[in-house]
Amino acid sequence: MDADALQRAFARALTDHDAALPPGLVGSPARFNVHRNNIAASLTAVLASRYPVIRRLVGDDFFRAAAGDFIARHPPQSPALMAFGGAFGAFLTALEPAASLPYLPDIARLEWARHAAYHAADAEPADLSIMADLDPDRLPLLRLTLHPSAAIIGSPFPILSIWRTNSFDAAVIPIALDAGGETVLVVRPHLDVVTAIMPDGSDEFIAALAAGASLGEAAQAAAAHTAAFDLTAALAELFRRQAFAAIIPSAI
Amino acid sequence: MIATSIPPRAGVGLKLEHYAAIVAERPDIGWFEVHPENYMGAGGPPHHMLSRIRRDYPLSLHGVGLSIGSAGPLDRDHLARIAALVSRYEPGLFSEHLAWSSHETAYLNDLLPLPYTAETLSLVVSHVDEVQEALDARICIENPSTYVRFADDEMSEIDFLASLARRTGCGLLLDVNNVCVSAANHGFDPNTYVDGFPVEHVGEIHLAGHARLPADDPAAPLLVDTHDRAVHAEVWALYERFVKRAGARPTLVEWDNDIPAWSVLFGEAQAAESILDGC
Repeated sequence: MDADALQRAFARALTDHDAALPPGLVGSPARFNVHRNNIAASLTAVLASRYPVIRRLVGDDFFRAAAGDFIARHPPQSPALMAFGGAFGAFLTALEPAASLPYLPDIARLEWARHAAYHAADAEPADLSIMADLDPDRLPLLRLTLHPSAAIIGSPFPILSIWRTNSFDAAVIPIALDAGGETVLVVRPHLDVVTAIMPDGSDEFIAALAAGASLGEAAQAAAAHTAAFDLTAALAELFRRQAFAAIIPSAI
Repeated sequence: MIATSIPPRAGVGLKLEHYAAIVAERPDIGWFEVHPENYMGAGGPPHHMLSRIRRDYPLSLHGVGLSIGSAGPLDRDHLARIAALVSRYEPGLFSEHLAWSSHETAYLNDLLPLPYTAETLSLVVSHVDEVQEALDARICIENPSTYVRFADDEMSEIDFLASLARRTGCGLLLDVNNVCVSAANHGFDPNTYVDGFPVEHVGEIHLAGHARLPADDPAAPLLVDTHDRAVHAEVWALYERFVKRAGARPTLVEWDNDIPAWSVLFGEAQAAESILDGC
């Protein structure tokens, strides 16, 4: 058997536990299982490090079983494992036992955004002093470049409150699901990943800025979606959290 | 470009958990090693910490994902990411494993065994040539821990590695813990292996802890290369036996799971260093 055929049979037996062991192997199934266990344990540990709150919410046993299924169906495509696991939240949501926790996919998006922000490109946050000299009439023409680590997650559930109590409290504080949704900014201006609650409609606002809209255009897009969008409060929080890498006045 | 070299002293695998202690204590340790795969994000704390450590210590990159033993072609994107880290951090050494871990598009995240045949030797030779060309450096290849072997083996692991070193000019990384694990799993004498290892090619030595599992056959124990505990007495003895013959070589203590306090890991490195001092 040539090396390619052998590795194909070996790889199939690793991922499909019903498949026959590769031909020509010297060693019992228990020895072959060392490799199966190494793969399952190491990739489950990777997912657990990226989704600690999901793991706490669903419990260890369910998390491990779900991770095992996910690894079998969506094995990593690259040895750079930083990219592995982005689809885990959506996968988890589709599983029957997770249906009673409707906020899981948004918590998963929040945890993934924190992971992505941790490893995102570094950039010095924008210098805000430029704002002091701006002609107020030209404010709507400003272009605001988001920090490379910045992401925003809107949810109909209080996801940051759920995330915080499950991250920091020894005994989880009950969160009323009908308390209203939360829109959460994730950004890492320097070394620490920061999360902050943003005014409603900020997700539309930031999506428009990210797509290249000016400040005025983005404010209109957010107001069209969320009538009560508070531009001043949103900008103040984004500046306070150092969520921009550049502030570019209009050319004229 | 590999710009510096690793001193023939003891080092440890760098864990970000130990960063604060290392920066505060500036320990007298020969060097650090990291897995480049853990530094493949664009930025963030891992790069910040590694850059800070690199200012004060020699660094070695120990790849775990290149899949040198793949029957298919090397992952050129992955090789390019490693080359970028080599030019950013100017490590004294790059090493990889005699193993495969990718098949077609799936990455299997384990070091999988190869049969030792003329066919696999020429595959590995061409991949090592390609890596050495891309990095413009001599790399080291590590002997694996194995749990199964193959009926079609045409040569011993040592003959395979010695031929690889001769044909590519690469160095070898002797992992003494892997010798101990494979010897127990396959019933060969680890002293004979270490005595027969081609000492002239050895550029680095690894030490680590392993686990002994309840084996399926009581006559043949199952040892697993876990890197989750202190180096075993048997591994220390094999190491001393090798360096008495070879002389001092850069020696790394690996401890990747159930990571202990910095003082415990540093103590392991000091134990290795005292063996190096005595050889």
